[in-house]
Formats: sequence, C-alpha cells, structure tokens
Amino acid sequence: MELGFSTEDEAFRNEVACWMAEHLRGDFECLRHRGGPGDEDAYPAERKAWEQTLAAGGWTCVGWPTDHGGRGLSLARQIIFHEEYARAGGPGRMGHIGEGLIGPTILAFGTDEQKSRFLPGIVQGTEFWCQGYSEPNAGSDLANVQTKAHRDPGSGEWIINGQKVWTSLAHESEWIFVLARCEAGSVGNRGLVFLLVPLDQPGIEIRPIRQLTGTAEFNEVFFDGARTAPSNIIGQPGEGWSIAMALLGFERGVSTLGQQMHFYREFDLVCQVARDNGADRNPMFRARLAHAWMGLKVMRYNALRMLSGPQDGSLQRPAMIYKYYWSNWHRDLGKLAMDVLGVDGDIVVNDPVRTRLQQLFLFSRADTIYAGTNEIQLNIIAERALGMPREPRPSLG
Amino acid sequence: MDFALTSEQEMIRATAETFLADASPSAAVRRAMETEIGFDADVWNQVGKEFGWCAIAIPETFGGLGLTIIEQAILMEQMGRRLFCSPYFATACLAVPALLEVGTAAAREGHLPSIAAGEITATLAFGERGLDWDIDAVTATATPVAGGYSISGHFQHVPDGASAQLLLLPARIVGRDQVSLFAIPAATQGITTQPSMTIDATRRIAEVRLCELHAGENAIVSMPGNIGNGLARTSALAAIALAAEQLGAAQQCLDMTLAYIAERRQFGRPISSFQAVKHRCAEAMVRIEAARSAVLGAACAVAASPTTSTLMLESACAKTMASDCLFHCAVEAVQLHGGVGFTWEYDPHLYLKRAQASGQWLGNCDSLRERVAAILLDR
Ligand SMILES: Cc1cc2nc3c(=O)[nH]c(=O)nc-3n(C[C@H](O)[C@H](O)[C@H](O)COP(=O)(O)OP(=O)(O)OC[C@H]3O[C@@H](n4cnc5c(N)ncnc54)[C@H](O)[C@@H]3O)c2cc1C
Repeated sequence: MELGFSTEDEAFRNEVACWMAEHLRGDFECLRHRGGPGDEDAYPAERKAWEQTLAAGGWTCVGWPTDHGGRGLSLARQIIFHEEYARAGGPGRMGHIGEGLIGPTILAFGTDEQKSRFLPGIVQGTEFWCQGYSEPNAGSDLANVQTKAHRDPGSGEWIINGQKVWTSLAHESEWIFVLARCEAGSVGNRGLVFLLVPLDQPGIEIRPIRQLTGTAEFNEVFFDGARTAPSNIIGQPGEGWSIAMALLGFERGVSTLGQQMHFYREFDLVCQVARDNGADRNPMFRARLAHAWMGLKVMRYNALRMLSGPQDGSLQRPAMIYKYYWSNWHRDLGKLAMDVLGVDGDIVVNDPVRTRLQQLFLFSRADTIYAGTNEIQLNIIAERALGMPREPRPSLG
Repeated sequence: MDFALTSEQEMIRATAETFLADASPSAAVRRAMETEIGFDADVWNQVGKEFGWCAIAIPETFGGLGLTIIEQAILMEQMGRRLFCSPYFATACLAVPALLEVGTAAAREGHLPSIAAGEITATLAFGERGLDWDIDAVTATATPVAGGYSISGHFQHVPDGASAQLLLLPARIVGRDQVSLFAIPAATQGITTQPSMTIDATRRIAEVRLCELHAGENAIVSMPGNIGNGLARTSALAAIALAAEQLGAAQQCLDMTLAYIAERRQFGRPISSFQAVKHRCAEAMVRIEAARSAVLGAACAVAASPTTSTLMLESACAKTMASDCLFHCAVEAVQLHGGVGFTWEYDPHLYLKRAQASGQWLGNCDSLRERVAAILLDR
C-alpha cells in the first residue's frame, strides 16, 4: 500500500503544469475555472478552440491507446494529468461526452471503420457529442424509451422518429448517440438499437430548456424522420441496451480525481468568504466546514481505492458509493456556501467568487438527479452490493 | 498510490477474521462481559503469545514484528466486528505508541519486549478525566524525594486500568515546570484500582488512585521535554486504531441487520424487500465505505509520512467519520430489528453501547471537527 508517485511521475506533473501555464492565457485567460456542469453556457466558442489547442499539445484522450490518437498514459499519469489540468483552472471540457463516453464505447465495441471515422474528431476536438438517452417517459426507467428507429428498405439508412429530453449540450454538438426502439412491439430493454446520428439535418429540431439556474445547458431534441447511415450502429439491432449500459460504465474513472480538484477549489472559496465575513468565527460554520473538508478526504481516498481495485470493469464497493457520495457532498457544499454568504447570498453582484458559489448552490441540485438519481443509486447499492430483493421492473423483462 | 492490501496484509486480515469468528461469537462476548477482568485470559494468551498480535507495531529491535499502523488497523477492524473483549487496545494501541513516542531508550528496552511477547498487558492514562490528551489537565503530582518520587493523583476512565500489569501515568513534577510519564507496575504499594460500572460492558474502564506511591528514578519513562507532543501523537495514533475498530463494528451492524431482515417477514414478504428498508441499508453501506476510505487512507498516509500535522488531520478525519458511522449503523440496527432490537438477547444494543462510549474517546466528533477547523481556518 503506497501513497505517492515516482520521481518520473512528478516530472510529468511538472510538464503538465508548465504546459497549462503556457497555454491557458491570452485569449484563453477568460476560461480559467469556467465551464463544466452548471456553467456549460460559458464561452462555448472559446472552449471549442481550447479543445483544439489541447489536442495540438496532445492532451486530449490521454488514456487512449496511441494508435487511436491517444497518449497511452498509465493510470497514475492520467490522474496527474487530470489533477494538474484542474489545478491550473482548465475549463470544463466541451469534449467530455466524446472523450469520456462515446469514444471508449466505440473503442470497445465499434468497427474499424467507425473507429477511423469517429475517433479522430474526438481526439482533435473538432466533433462534439451529446447523449440521447432520456425521454419524457423514460427517465429513471430508461428501458422504457419509445423513440423509434427503422430501416429505409431502399438505402438501408436508419430513420428515427421520437423525442429525447434533457440532452446536455445538444445545441453545441455535431453528433448525438441515440437509444431507440428498432423492433416494433418490443417492450423494455429488448428490441433496442444504439445509433450515432448527425444533428445537422432537417429531421432534427433542438429546443433549449431553461433550467432553474436561468441558463440553458440542456435541450429537447425532436426526431422527425431523421436519418443516419446504415453503418452508424454500434453492436447489432437488439443489442442497444447492453451497449447503452456499457457506456455508462465508462462514466466512472480517473477523471473523478480532476473533479475533486474543482471541489477543493470551491471549498477554498467558501473558506475564503467565511474568513472575509467573519463566519469562520462561528462554531457552527467551523464544524460544517471541517465536515466538508473531511468529505473531500474521503472522496480522494475512495477514488484511490477504486483505482487500486481490480480494473476488470467489475463494480467494487468504493465505486458503488461514489456517485451518491460526491453528489450529496457537493449539494451540501452548495448549501453551506450560501449559508456562509448569509443575506448576501441572495444578492446578485459582479463578483466572481460570489457568482461561482451561487451557481454551485443552484446547479448542485442537479447532481443528485442526472447519472442516476439518489433513489436509483440507493436501489442499485441495495440490490447489487447488498443483494437485497429487487424492485419490480416491468420494463426490464 | 496503491490502496490494495498486500498479500501479507490480506493474510493478517483473513486469519483474524477466521479466528475471531470462532473465538468471539456473541456468546463469548457475553461471557467475557460477566467476568471481572472483562476478557477470556486463555484466548488472550493465544493472541498475545501465539499470534503475536501485540508485537505488530513494535520495531523488531524490541522483539516486535516491525509492521505499521496499517496492519494494526486491519486487526482492530476485525476485533471491532466481533466486539472482541481484550486488553489489546490498551496495551497495543495506547501503551505501545506511548513508549515509542515519548519513551527513553531504557524504557523501550525495558518494557516493549515483554509486551511484544504477550507476557504483560499495559495501559495509559492521559489525565484525571477522560481519554484525551491535554497536558494542562494533568493533575497528578510527583514530589521529588530521596531515591525517586512520591506520586499522588487520580485517574478516571483508564482502559483496562484494573487488569493491566503495567500502568503508564503522567504526573507533574513538583518544583519543576514539567510533566513526566511514569511506568508503574500494578503491584506497587500505594496504587489502588477500581473497575467502573460501565454501560458498554464489552470494555473495562477503571479508576486509578495513587496515594504517596513511591517510584524510583527509573520509573520515569519519558524523555524530558517531548511528552506534550509525544502523547498528542500517541492519542492520534490510537484514534486511528479505534476508528478501525469502529469501522468493523459498523460493518457488523449492517451485516447482522441484513441477515435478520432477509428472514423476518411482514405483510407477506421479507421486510428487506421494502424500499424504505433497502434505502436505509444502502445509506449505511455508503457511510461504511466512506469511513473505510477515511480509515484506510489515514493509516496509509500516516505509515508513509508520520509527521505530526499529517497525523493530527488524518486521525481527526478517520475518527470522526468512523464514530459517526458506527453510531448511525448501530441505531439503524436497533430500529430495523424492531422489538427484538430492544432486547438484551439480540446483539444490536452491544454495538449501540460501544458506539456511544468509543465516540467519546480520544476526541469526540465535535472536538475533532474543531481541531480540523482550527488548522484550516486559523492559519
Ligand atoms: C442537468 C441535467 C443534465 C442531464 N443531461 C442528460 C443528457 O445529456 N442526456 C440524457 O439522456 N439525460 C440527461 N439528463 C436526464 C437524467 O438522466 C434524468 O433526469 C434522470 O435519469 C431522472 O429521470 P427523470 O428526470 O425522468 O425523473 P424520474 O425518473 O421521473 O424521477 C422523479 C423522482 O422519482 C424517483 N424515482 C423514480 N424511479 C424510482 C424508483 N424505482 N424508486 C425510487 N424512486 C424513484 C427519482 O429518484 C426522482 O426523485 C440530465 C438531467 C439533468 C438534471
């Protein structure tokens, strides 16, 4: 059991830090600590340009194999990269759905042709992706998706009809991956297909949805005879569910340590406000701040346990609690931040620290909803980790 | 950066788990609760002499195994699961680090080998009240007299204070602005020990009184000047071990609850199938795994870098997470057992009592959070 990195790893850390310091400035200065969940509408054009700068430096998809354009970094170095990226204030990655979700899925299940068609756009930061899973009647019960896909008998193209909802960043993306029903009359998780669909076409309409934050990061996406090429299917018709689930498995991983760097920074901002306004002398706030700090420690050690466990895709105990733990921690931090701000928390002024904390408070309400709500997380833990009786799931056959 | 157990650590864990399942089932715990010393001397001899559990964190030069706090935490976790009644905590988690942190070379050579060999048990008192170190709260006095010191004082809440063969007791040297740690054999004239009646009967606590006890010069085991920091470090090291024990106890609360609710049926179905019940068990697991990360992380961090600042923060975090977690899991165990959870016959109450008592040792959660707050906010 060792903590720490080798001297070569530390040299690598320095390399990342230097690169970030050299490049995250000038036109990109404004991007420091911007973007990411809750702030996705900040500087989209500049952040896309930043993706290309990152790519030119070889800093996208750093864990991917080199023959697919990645950097082939070891786990330890991926962690270092994500930590240093976040420490430098690197902006929320516009490419994260490509790099973190669909890219790994294509690497695992895609054909050679799909790999050479889609991976370069992800690596180079030129093609952006969004996730078309949720529908008005398929949220927690994702297997109930009703969007239909059938093949054009002439061209073999897939034709899609239906509606997706809550689709983050659809308005900034070139492609969407869609979970749709391809077998007429099928129910639940059978008869589904996983398709890659270009967004810029007449059969697709994207309508932004205004969030409680006041901004619009997610959208409704309507499909009315939308089309995609016969080759843009991952797996076979009928295998959509297993591909969709495998993709969600890629959501966890080393980037969590980068996420924690952001959490540390947010926590520091709360402490800074507390020191400035005297809340740091209040024993209640002192206890809550200490409690929040302990949560940060727990998350770091929990992530290190996850990364030390077998990397065979099996869901270990620290991984099972991770989403529930961080999302609730983060939500609590948002409330603590606003309580520390006190009456000022309600007043909107042009102060970056206050704005950031107000956003934290509002957006962190979503953390316990997306990527599996709190209640669904607890169901999963109870059933898969503790072996308790399963909930009725008519749509899971 | 690797948190996986080494094969040696895994072996220690598995051996302890198997042995304690056999040696410390509920019936054995209840038998030990009824005895005066509070533990089964035969079983203790076995773990002390045969298995060398007390030797774990003692350096090899003193007859120990030279392992770390990680291995000690692994053992404590298993003991906590079974509420193993023994003087292990007092001997190996309090007295040993005290001797290592503040002890003179002679004191270490004099006492550690017999502890490592499982030949004697020992304990440490911190002050007049409670189990937490505060040098200003030391009230016992040692008056220099011919050939040594005459010590008088009162120590409450001393773990295994009535059965330990060697007591480490701090006293203020009269006429000198100094506190020293004395090693007093239990048989010394002038010492009286009185076991306290405790709600948590799985652990023995005693009051120790010294009345003009005569101690020779060589009874002082601490090096001059380092007792303040040394016993603070001792307390923090013991807190990590205690947190590991709490973690194991919390896990057992969940495990026994899961076993019970899978069998118990109401409304025509196992009560474990109700979502309200499932979610509470899942929540308990989240807290247990969080505490496990905190404890394992603290042990690894301290083993890698035993600086005082690391130790103070890590131990505060581990102990707070584990104390809160155990209390939560223990009350959930009582609640989810229903009426039988309120009986003497079922085990949840043993864990509830251990949870409340151990939560007050070596810093309660409020004071540990304040320790962290002071480090974070008052720079
Ligand atoms: C900010 C944000 C971004 C998102 N981005 C995307 C995206 O890019 N792509 C995408 O496909 N989706 C996205 N989503 C959608 C998200 O995955 C869903 O909102 C989520 O799965 C919940 O579904 P729902 O909204 O239909 O709520 P519902 O499923 O209707 O849930 C409502 C409430 O009922 C509870 N509930 C439901 N079922 C159970 C059960 N079996 N047991 C106990 N309680 C239950 C839930 O926990 C919740 O509290 C996003 C959501 C948010 C908030």
